Amino acid sequence: MKRALFGNRLLPWLLLAPQLAVTAIFFLWPAAQAIRQSFLREDAFGLSTSFVGLANYAALWGSAEYLNAVRVTAIFAVATTLLSLGVALVLALAVDRLVRAGKVYTTLLVWPYAVAPAVAGILWWFIFNPTVGLLPYVLDRVGYDWNHLMRPRDAMILVVLASAWSRISYCFLFFVAGLQSIPQSLHEAAAIDGAGPVKRFFTITLPLLSPTTFFLLVVNIVYAMFETFGVIDATTEGGPAQSTNIMVYKVWFDGFIGQNLGSSAAQSVILMLIVIALTVIQFRWIEKRVAY
Amino acid sequence: MARITLNGVGKVYPGGTRAVGGVDLDVADGEFVVLVGPSGCGKSTLLRMIAGLETITEGTVSIGDRVVNDIEPAGRDIAMVFQNYALYPHMSVRQNLAYGLKNRRTPAAEIARRVDEAARMLELAPYLDRKPRQLSGGQRQRVAMGRAIVREPAAFLFDEPLSNLDAKLRGVMRWEIKTLQRRLATTAIYVTHDQVEAMTLGDRLVVLNGGRVEQIGTPLEVYRRPASVFVAGFIGSTPMNLVRSDVLPGLARPGTTVGIRPEDLVPSPDGALSMQVSGIEELGVSRLVHGVIGGERVSVVVPPDFQPSEPLRLSVRPGAMHLFDAATGLRREGS
Ligand SMILES: Nc1ncnc2c1ncn2[C@@H]1O[C@H](COP(=O)(O)OP(=O)(O)OP(=O)(O)O)[C@@H](O)[C@H]1O
Ligand SMILES: [Mg+2]
Repeated sequence: MKRALFGNRLLPWLLLAPQLAVTAIFFLWPAAQAIRQSFLREDAFGLSTSFVGLANYAALWGSAEYLNAVRVTAIFAVATTLLSLGVALVLALAVDRLVRAGKVYTTLLVWPYAVAPAVAGILWWFIFNPTVGLLPYVLDRVGYDWNHLMRPRDAMILVVLASAWSRISYCFLFFVAGLQSIPQSLHEAAAIDGAGPVKRFFTITLPLLSPTTFFLLVVNIVYAMFETFGVIDATTEGGPAQSTNIMVYKVWFDGFIGQNLGSSAAQSVILMLIVIALTVIQFRWIEKRVAY
Repeated sequence: MARITLNGVGKVYPGGTRAVGGVDLDVADGEFVVLVGPSGCGKSTLLRMIAGLETITEGTVSIGDRVVNDIEPAGRDIAMVFQNYALYPHMSVRQNLAYGLKNRRTPAAEIARRVDEAARMLELAPYLDRKPRQLSGGQRQRVAMGRAIVREPAAFLFDEPLSNLDAKLRGVMRWEIKTLQRRLATTAIYVTHDQVEAMTLGDRLVVLNGGRVEQIGTPLEVYRRPASVFVAGFIGSTPMNLVRSDVLPGLARPGTTVGIRPEDLVPSPDGALSMQVSGIEELGVSRLVHGVIGGERVSVVVPPDFQPSEPLRLSVRPGAMHLFDAATGLRREGS
């Protein structure tokens, strides 16, 4: 690589300064605060704080509510990820066929990405709203009393659908790009080699798509765990009966509503560790399989 | 092993492009036929219709004694070698070779035997556990060949398999393909736009132009008696000179184009033709002299140390003139 030469020793630091400042103010400092907080406990009136070591973490370990949040998060993240990846892959396969047949221009594929998230937010509200929504109405007709405000399973289905929906276009684009990068001649060679469409999908397409799939898997798990706060807050608020109270929502709830800063901090430190772990896994894996 | 018969085969692409029209061809069992022609003349389209990768919009294709128009590629018992080799990048060489056999539920012992045999034949044994990206271009080419061989198909189809190799390796692989095909005695159809490959590989050539067959014949037949002006200009390492007949003294036949290969014009002090020399190309083994006779551009092959006089007097080797109808471009009988 070519090294840029700066006449001034200060200039590189000045150029980096805004980025470093943003990182420090919005990430490093809060992270440090969270770690510090997680070892402290405030008394009920917020008058004194004392160092309690790992007591906050230990309390979480013994808290049925927290373990429930972990379980709910796992179910939620896995379901959301699988749903969005699955739907996106099916759509991408369909579009890939059209593109290969020369029926669609690839550039046209970008616009759903721009439109989908905005539409998604409005759409799911209209579909799922218990009083005016479309889905409850349809379900009611077939004899199912949809109510995500009362029934935990309905609530989980709602938040999974709402979260997955907004991710589909993102995953879809990556899948289309991944599929397009598989040369047509590989499909043809496999067809001549006696592999039917299903076999081709599992022995050629899916393996060659695996770097894309893995990337999306990690990115979507991270999304489901950390960026779905808005969806939960707007729909179920963690209820009913804690059934959709995912970890990141509980951090906020315990910290800001419950005013239990020590516990909230300990929870966010745990979340931070999970992100770091996922990131490390991702990089390890990508390094191992840059090419097949 | 099988013969392949094309009957009035044509292809119109969905957009309305006509790529191929009215092709009749009979490839004998074990024969090596080369489809040759300029870029865009429909060679690949024709081959892909035989392979089943492209629908046949007109006529019929038979392999063995079955019409295969409606049979999937897998059911046609053919193997194809692609220009970019189309090796499965995530599989080892061994898996690449075995894939087609596995899909056909060949017993494992038989697969191992055939893969080992192909690897030995193509000297691929040391690379069996490598991935395609760990191979050189020539080795990848061999794997692509091996994948075709292990299947023991009724026919091999090649679509410009050597065009991604450098000139030297291309010569080597050309020879290997030829010997291998001889040894296995498997019917082969080979697409190329390289006329050296066409001349050296084929038992017969099919010269295509604009989706139609211009001529079918052995390489020597095509070289010696080109059926049209197009073939005359296309086949041969230096293109044939094509001139009006009145340029040649004593041969004024209106509406006739005369073809003479540059090798068939011989410098001789009392030659009937007089050429205005405009330049010389050095080919090493010989020199190519360019010039004008009677307003027509002409080139002549001369020995390497020959210094052309100005003007250069030439005579035509006896019996070396090809006469073509100027209007239709077709060969005049009796020439
Ligand atoms: N999928 C397609 N849709 C429409 N037209 C096509 C398609 N594929 C090829 N063609 C057209 O059909 C004609 C023949 O194409 P083909 O690929 O068979 O040529 P070729 O002889 O193999 O050329 P080359 O030597 O460059 O490979 C061309 O005019 C091409 O533009
Ligand atoms: Mg081609």
